[in-house]
Amino acid sequence: MTITTQNPAPLAPTTGATVTLAGVIKDYSGQRALNGIDLSIAPGEFIALLGPSGCGKTTALRALSGLERIDGGSIQIDGVDVAETPVNRRDIGMVFQSYSLFPHMTSVQNVEFGLRMRKVPAEQRRSRALEALEMVGLSDKGERFAHQLSGGQQQRVALARALVTRPRVLLLDEPLSALDAKVRVQLRDEIRRIQTDLGITTLFVTHDQEEALAVADRVAVMREGRIEQIGTPEELYLRPSTAFVANFVGLSNRIDARIVDGMVEFHNERMPLLGAEQANGPVTAFIRPEDVVFAGSGIPATVVASSFLGSLRRTQVRLADDTVLSVQHEVASHPQAGESIFVRFTPKPVSAGPRG
Amino acid sequence: MKRSLSTATQIGAEPSGRSRWIILGIVGAIFAIPILSSLHFTFSAGLGGGYTLDHWTGLFAPDASRTYRNLFTGIGNSLVLAVVTVIIMLVILLPTMILVQLQFPRLRRTLEFICIIPITVPAIVLVVGLAPVYSVVVKVFGGSVWTLAFAYGITVLPYAYRAIQSNLDSVDVITLSEAARSLGAGWLSTVWNALLPNLRRGILAASFIAVAVVLGEFTIASLLNRKNLQTALLEVSQSDPYVAVIFSLLALSLAFCLLLLIGRLGSTDRKRSSL
Repeated sequence: MTITTQNPAPLAPTTGATVTLAGVIKDYSGQRALNGIDLSIAPGEFIALLGPSGCGKTTALRALSGLERIDGGSIQIDGVDVAETPVNRRDIGMVFQSYSLFPHMTSVQNVEFGLRMRKVPAEQRRSRALEALEMVGLSDKGERFAHQLSGGQQQRVALARALVTRPRVLLLDEPLSALDAKVRVQLRDEIRRIQTDLGITTLFVTHDQEEALAVADRVAVMREGRIEQIGTPEELYLRPSTAFVANFVGLSNRIDARIVDGMVEFHNERMPLLGAEQANGPVTAFIRPEDVVFAGSGIPATVVASSFLGSLRRTQVRLADDTVLSVQHEVASHPQAGESIFVRFTPKPVSAGPRG
Repeated sequence: MKRSLSTATQIGAEPSGRSRWIILGIVGAIFAIPILSSLHFTFSAGLGGGYTLDHWTGLFAPDASRTYRNLFTGIGNSLVLAVVTVIIMLVILLPTMILVQLQFPRLRRTLEFICIIPITVPAIVLVVGLAPVYSVVVKVFGGSVWTLAFAYGITVLPYAYRAIQSNLDSVDVITLSEAARSLGAGWLSTVWNALLPNLRRGILAASFIAVAVVLGEFTIASLLNRKNLQTALLEVSQSDPYVAVIFSLLALSLAFCLLLLIGRLGSTDRKRSSL
């Protein structure tokens, strides 16, 4: 793929809109899909909605787009309530999970579609569409039909099509999930670059936590129709407010520990508890692989397997009680399967939740 | 099609090359023999034997339009009926199907059931039910020829439904319509600019099938005392069997052409998507 990073943004930066969702409720035949969503997005901010399937993240995006009507609460774009505005007048740009290019039109005709709907004169339409295609690095593919483009190229055209009208808000509904891993990362970074260049307020729905952490200014983790925690990627990773977030964002070792006097205790190791105080008793604690270290003494363990991940190595060890822990460490040390070693925990605060 | 063939190979059920030709030959003969015999008949000079072009040239004789007036009226009526039937189908069935696909997916089964019913109802039964209905229709619309298209609109439902539905299933109309609306298109514009161009194949196939069905329809027209191509053919065959056969052949070849055209539409579409 061409490297388009040096290109200046052909579309002038827009002033992004503020978006406010307050107490948004949506019911699907008796089932509550959105259970009071509160979310404010600053102008030009890139927010990722992250969560397992069925958590309501796509419904939230569709509610903001106007493709779903809401049953309660309010949705404002730039301070104006748009709950009753139909989707075609909300002035949003949208990229879908499934390929959505009009099959009977060429790429450039696809990109022109939104301008045609806005009655932009033909010659202006063409030049703006070509600009938008250039922005996504496909200026030479303007005459291709969707079936002559790869999946990644189709999604680029869809992105150009969504942005060419200079919408107030860009909505991305898992646009990368149908692509293969390498293209996914490439396009993800490109979306972020274009978004930053244009300064467009963006809502990005994904179930891939790595994707969310990599591109978003802030990530909202959703669960069962509500936002469980919203914060910068660092906040979510280092200070998850609930066990669900700790488990969902990043890799974690789930261990059966106990709360003893406000500390998390596990095999005689004690670590401070993250978040609100909890009563004494059994809990599941979440410890990052990088917070487990090899040591000269500590908890005895046996190496199960070790995998090389390029810049680091991750080793599985089994404790005496059959708990398996992932340990992330430098490539230099290479434990052999069957080797007896000791592990300790770095004294960082860890999050814990009810056993389960 | 390709897939079902390959699974057949796996279980060893696919006929060998030679038996395939034999089957094709037998089936082809079943179709070809009556048609060729009819063609042969139109050139035969009567009981005495020998061949003549008289029956064909007779059609272009100066007084032909008078001799075969009934037949030409029948053809004209059938063509009017074909056009009106197609219009009824496009105005009622097509929007209904698009609406159900987009907004009421739960009604799909019901719609399919309703559309398939006419194929299970014998024409004679249909007519018994239609007779009182048509006494009202005639009061409202008059007794014009085209009113028979109301009945034909029902008889073509199963065929038209299948043709359009298979196209609807191959296009992600929901995503396309959502994309169009998110880009600022209203409902009408969405249907016109984003959906219909992608449903062209199904719409054309449905229309051609409707035309073919209407041109071949005899029972309803006959029982309701209407004149169309088929009833006129029957009438003329009693006085001039040669002309009746000639026109049957012409109607048949028109239907063949329409079906070939449908096949072509399907295959060009496949070619495009496999590129």
